[in-house]
Amino acid sequence: MDRQGNTYTLLYSIILVVVVAALLAVVSLSLQPLQNENKQNEKRQNILSAIHVTSSAETASKDFNQYIKEQYVVNSKGEQSEGDAFDIDVAGEYAKPADQRQLPVFVAEVDGAKKYILPVYGAGLWGPIWGYIALNEDKNTVFGAFFDHSGETPGLGAEIATPHFTDQFQGKEIFDNTQLVGLLVVKGGANGVHEVDGISGGTLTSKGVESMIKSYLSYYEPFLKQR
Amino acid sequence: MSLFSGKNLDYLLGPLSRNNPVLVQILGICSTLAVTVKLENALVMGLSVTAVTAFSNVILSLLRNTIPNRIRIIVQLVVVAALVIIVDQVLKAYAYEVSKQLSVYVGLIITNCIIMGRIEAFALANKPWPSLLDGIGNGLGYTIILAIMGFFRELLGSGTLLGHSVIPQGWYAANGGGYMNNGLMIMPAASLILVGLIIWAHRAKNKDLIEK
Repeated sequence: MDRQGNTYTLLYSIILVVVVAALLAVVSLSLQPLQNENKQNEKRQNILSAIHVTSSAETASKDFNQYIKEQYVVNSKGEQSEGDAFDIDVAGEYAKPADQRQLPVFVAEVDGAKKYILPVYGAGLWGPIWGYIALNEDKNTVFGAFFDHSGETPGLGAEIATPHFTDQFQGKEIFDNTQLVGLLVVKGGANGVHEVDGISGGTLTSKGVESMIKSYLSYYEPFLKQR
Repeated sequence: MSLFSGKNLDYLLGPLSRNNPVLVQILGICSTLAVTVKLENALVMGLSVTAVTAFSNVILSLLRNTIPNRIRIIVQLVVVAALVIIVDQVLKAYAYEVSKQLSVYVGLIITNCIIMGRIEAFALANKPWPSLLDGIGNGLGYTIILAIMGFFRELLGSGTLLGHSVIPQGWYAANGGGYMNNGLMIMPAASLILVGLIIWAHRAKNKDLIEK
């Protein structure tokens, strides 16, 4: 057959595309279970790191069952409802109007004390950022925090995921008497119980963290005010 | 002809220095600037690119006599894109941590000029075995430059190497010392300066590469 002719070119491209598509479909399908498990284990690890439990991908499932005693879903009025908190896709809920969102709550027990772990989700500089905030039983004092991001600048905004940044949150308070203030990420010289230091060179990401925490805590506010 | 005859060895080792894709051909500069803030990212990126150049060179070398000339570039792109997707999927399944570190840059391997450059310039005119050596050689040549830059940028910019602190904490200005991390090093501008310095040093050693 003429290698430069139209028929040959057309057939060649059709066969090539079909073969490549089939190959990619096979690869994707056969790796999917492993990938999903990685994602779930990562989520468990992330939730656990908000309560200062370092877990590896292999032990995540076991540690998660050991520490997380209870999980439930609340709505924007703070009413508890049935549902599996772990399976809720926070990013998917974020796209819904605020009053229709399902808000997961994980209740952990660390050294006999109850901790509430709440997911947060918002926008950084380049893409979404998310994390988990663990509150003490008073639903006011922060016990721990975890943040992650999809594409913040390495060495700058990406530093929100480091312990250097997240360790500052421990002991901070989200309420000023009964007024919800959240946690403020400030430029240098953080003081008081509501402020943490931002990241130099990562101001926009730092501000993203601040508004993410503020807005998510406000969705949870009715739940947090039930004492 | 033996597998590692002089000519074949030259395909593998030439790109490491004398014919380095980054230093001599100035290809792949975009990702060289983007992913070298941390040494680990630079290394994994370099190895992923090496895997893709090696496999795409072999596959296209095998197909070289069947490809219709008019859709040559499209065929190359389809093969490279498929390989990059497979690399991305495999990393997600078996090296999840690393794939998270590299995030968007894995997808951007498709746009790496070195890959298309080697396919066009070499794989389409040579047998599979030399093409494989050429792909690995060029991938490693790229990896070396990334590693050198990642080393200096992470050391001077963050005071760490592969995530471990190497500058003693007591040296820092905050702890009473007189040392500060160089913030410029984590900016893209620093990599442009660094790559310039590396090219300077490389040309100074290989005088015949200096353009008239």
